[in-house]
Amino acid sequence: MKSVEEIKAAIETAVPGAAVTVIPNPAPNAQHSLLIGAQHGVAVAEFLRDNEELALDYLSNVTGVDYLDKEIPEKVKVTRQVSKTVDGVEQTVDEMVEETRKRVEPGYLEAVYHLFSVAKKHGPVIIRMRTANRTDQVELPSLTPVWRGAEFQEREIFDLFGIVFTGHPDLRRILMWDEFKDHPMRRDYVEPDDFEYEPTAHDEVLKRAQEHKAKVAAGEAVQ
Amino acid sequence: MAVDEKLKIELGKQGVMVTTIQELYNWGRRSSIWPMQFGLACCAIEMIATTMARYDLARFGSEVFRPSPRQADLMIISGTVTKKMAPQVVRLYNQMAEPRYVIAMGACAISGGPFKQGYNVLKGIDRYIPVDVHIPGCPPRPEALIQAFMTLQKKIDEQHLTGEGRPRHLDEQAPGEFQVPEFGEHDLDPPSNPGTWTVPKIIQ
Repeated sequence: MKSVEEIKAAIETAVPGAAVTVIPNPAPNAQHSLLIGAQHGVAVAEFLRDNEELALDYLSNVTGVDYLDKEIPEKVKVTRQVSKTVDGVEQTVDEMVEETRKRVEPGYLEAVYHLFSVAKKHGPVIIRMRTANRTDQVELPSLTPVWRGAEFQEREIFDLFGIVFTGHPDLRRILMWDEFKDHPMRRDYVEPDDFEYEPTAHDEVLKRAQEHKAKVAAGEAVQ
Repeated sequence: MAVDEKLKIELGKQGVMVTTIQELYNWGRRSSIWPMQFGLACCAIEMIATTMARYDLARFGSEVFRPSPRQADLMIISGTVTKKMAPQVVRLYNQMAEPRYVIAMGACAISGGPFKQGYNVLKGIDRYIPVDVHIPGCPPRPEALIQAFMTLQKKIDEQHLTGEGRPRHLDEQAPGEFQVPEFGEHDLDPPSNPGTWTVPKIIQ
């Protein structure tokens, strides 16, 4: 099978404008993956499936990943006006000051597709797509029209991560009920507080049970 | 009025059967408990094994699994009750005719089990409906389910038809229908039936 770099080159020649990045995997299995721009997602997927040499006709798995917003501290040099007494006279002087600022790198949601070829007996080729952020721009193109097997797994990702797959034939929640508002697999998901009865609480459960007890004592929760 | 045991045996030797209505009534109730035919998870496999030839639930008069709640006496909660399934389980229980009993089978049905800390699993079905017998295990062996049947039969046998602690169907004040929880935005609403379940006291 072609290496990821060769697949990347093949995609770039076949789909002009497709932004493909290789994400290396430092683990011993070295399953490097390809990050694909969401705009050209469907075109790239169709190429991977229909290309004679790759013939990735089988979608084995689709999953979601949640990356939180990252705060990165940065040291920046800033010129500032500082009042100073020079030779007995108060003056304002420009001075270089080092400041630590926090830059927030927006998080994103990611869909990961594992592809195999039954015809050529090779794989996996792993492709990923990322949303712009985690809040309002959470659309990704659905690959269900390309691989039918993605249908339920994309619904599951929509349900548990909240990625909206445009072009999906039947995008509804699949595990949780329709009235449910949260996305439980997101890392900032807050579970309903039902830790009222924990007979053998320990570790994290003990912590949550104690928090619940404190809430009850403060009158914020019922039992 | 209770019959003297010795007199009863003596009369039995002479071909005279003496009994009380209560005894007869309870004997009838306990000897043909028809379970409802439904399974929720892996415990259901053990439940099926219990009904087959090796363990033979027919010995207890309970081999007739009915696929309709209207014809069933016993609900075996055999497995994990997810929050999405809970309203359906309560609704089925409401559709059963009195006298009706519930066996909570396995760790999940009694407490949520290994999924207790999950966002999607109910922490025990007794939060919504009254349970007669709890059996632990993951899953419980068929012998444990048989034990639960015997416990239930014993419980029925010991019930008085009048006064305190009489069966629910003979008590006009007892609730006949239990609140079916609704799907809320974050959790089931209500998270437990206040009349049915209260937080157990932990003694340390």
